[in-house]
Amino acid sequence: MSTTLKRVHGFLAEFDSVADLYHAAEHVRDAGYQRWDVHSPFAIHGMDHAMGVKRSKLPYLVFCGGITGTTIAFTLQTITQTNFWSSIGLGFLQTLAETYPTVVQAKPTDIWTLPAFFPVMFELTILFSAFTTLFGLLALMGLPRLNHPLFAAKTFPKFSDDGFFVCIEARDPKFSQEGTKSFLEKIGGKNVELVEDDI
Amino acid sequence: MEATTIAPHSDTHTGAPRILDREPLVLNNRSYSWITNRVCGIVENKQPLLWWMLMVPSVILTGVMVFCFAYLISTGVGVWGQKQPVAWAWDITNFVFWIGIGHAGTLISAILFLTRQKWRTSVNRAAEAMTIFAVMCAGLFPAFHVGRVWMVWFLAPIPNANAIWQNFKSPLLWDVFAVSTYFSVSAVFWFLGLVPDLATLRDRCKPGLRKTMYGIFSLGWRGANRHWSHYETAYMLLAALSTPLVLSVHSVVSFDFATSVVPGWHTTIFPPYFVAGAIFGGFAMVLTLMIPVSKIYGLGDLITPKHIDNMAKIILLTGTIVGYAYCMEFFMAYYSANKYELQTFQLRGLYGPSVWAYYFMFGFNVFAPQLFWYRPFRHNLWVVMFVCMCVNAGMWFERYVIIGTTLERLLVPGSWRTYEATWVDKVTFLGTFGFFMMLFLLFLRFLPVIAIGEVKGVLPQSNPHHDDHGKDGIQEEDLMNYPDRHVPKVLA
Repeated sequence: MSTTLKRVHGFLAEFDSVADLYHAAEHVRDAGYQRWDVHSPFAIHGMDHAMGVKRSKLPYLVFCGGITGTTIAFTLQTITQTNFWSSIGLGFLQTLAETYPTVVQAKPTDIWTLPAFFPVMFELTILFSAFTTLFGLLALMGLPRLNHPLFAAKTFPKFSDDGFFVCIEARDPKFSQEGTKSFLEKIGGKNVELVEDDI
Repeated sequence: MEATTIAPHSDTHTGAPRILDREPLVLNNRSYSWITNRVCGIVENKQPLLWWMLMVPSVILTGVMVFCFAYLISTGVGVWGQKQPVAWAWDITNFVFWIGIGHAGTLISAILFLTRQKWRTSVNRAAEAMTIFAVMCAGLFPAFHVGRVWMVWFLAPIPNANAIWQNFKSPLLWDVFAVSTYFSVSAVFWFLGLVPDLATLRDRCKPGLRKTMYGIFSLGWRGANRHWSHYETAYMLLAALSTPLVLSVHSVVSFDFATSVVPGWHTTIFPPYFVAGAIFGGFAMVLTLMIPVSKIYGLGDLITPKHIDNMAKIILLTGTIVGYAYCMEFFMAYYSANKYELQTFQLRGLYGPSVWAYYFMFGFNVFAPQLFWYRPFRHNLWVVMFVCMCVNAGMWFERYVIIGTTLERLLVPGSWRTYEATWVDKVTFLGTFGFFMMLFLLFLRFLPVIAIGEVKGVLPQSNPHHDDHGKDGIQEEDLMNYPDRHVPKVLA
């Protein structure tokens, strides 16, 4: 048996087209709501501006990930193939890694063999950046998650086909059961639905 | 729709700049739900008989491939035909061939994304899948070429009991890093693109195993714009990362040859020549797969003649670049005044034992694509398929010419030996085609073959300002911001 206790998640309103959704988002933004979002089957060009969403911070994370990759590749290769670390007084690192310079191809064993290390440095930079992009993205989005109150809403599954939705959450300081509903209807929302969450 | 009507230009033309009408990216003004139904229908409905007719032989060929590798492991790498001096033969040829196939997928998904080529949305998903499957086929050959495949983990930089590390100065090790990075990044890119479409499939399923699986892999996607905002940034970052990556991968593959001191390999033209060749061969494979898929599953409104035309033009361009490289190699051999280099090329193209391979390569790669100069040929699918088949074969011969014919005639005439492939060589290569086809058919069966969300995003009605200019007419600013929209031909 399910309990009868429910928590209000928010109001979900449907819109007919991308243009309607875009203008609705502008209205919601101007009304001063904070905890709200629009849901669409594809990314809408300019919607960030209409919603007042700031640019993603992801590139900063990815830059750090890329630098990490470069550093790891540089360290791995110099520590195992050159005497660079002992020449700057950190020879114990090479002792730790149980390694000695591999003298092959008549290449120097000092730092000047660096150009031969560029390809691996490049590849690891890309590899670490790509994985930082993936995991940074998931962290910023708060995904993956197994369920969400919106999936219980009747009209919501259309979002991945041709539905355009605005959802204003109950967590928003300006949210009110009556006011928010009439506001969504006023800006052209259809099938305005109270979304509830089982406790 | 008003978008497709064209203003009569003869009577309204007043000297104002004229804008040519763009061909629509999706024909017949299809709606969002039509696209969803059509693409998801492929996964949800029973597969056509042809799917089974291809799947059964593909699985059999995959089994044959597994048998060949098992035979090789149990007997020794000598079951392949390579003997000194031809130590690299069909296996490395196949490796370079399959790696090259993959490049078109990344080109479509990354480079065409950065250059805002919106037609890419109809073909990028399948091309990326093809990339991943091709790299899987490619990876098999060097892994078994090492001889003792259970030692293949020695390629990875892991501390081992001998305290000997990989030689990071070797192009072969660069190749390990390049190919494994390429595979990983392509897989991440492909998966990220799939997430919104997996959510579409999830929302259409009845509760059950399928819904659970699609639900897990779609990560709980709910199309929120705060997510889309990060997602678009991530997509662009991955495109920006993949672009130099794809150029580096085949460059590094070419370093395997170019950094050696073998005449015929030791040339600086190799990196750009290999990359152009890879894109060339890859696009041929994309068309080889996508034209039948489009016909069998009725996707003609999404994969339009415009798409095929564009890809044919890329094949023409890259084929001509490759042709230039073939000629320039000969010129450089002559101009270098290096007698070994010159003799290598004379043996390769004029009177060597494998000169037939050179003629196949040149004919298939340079002459066949020249048909695409003529527009009706680019719009005749039989001609397009014929040229693509020529290119698929020609690109294999190119790698064989570079590897096989060079090693057959090394510096010391006493070591000369003509290479002959064994049945294991041939059947293993055939088996990888089965493996590749099997993976691609499974992809058609379980995943959306077209990026549903991305195609919807390039429809004219997906522009939020699509209806905004009814009264004022189209402003130049709109055209600057949304150049892909269909607008009447006459401005002002």
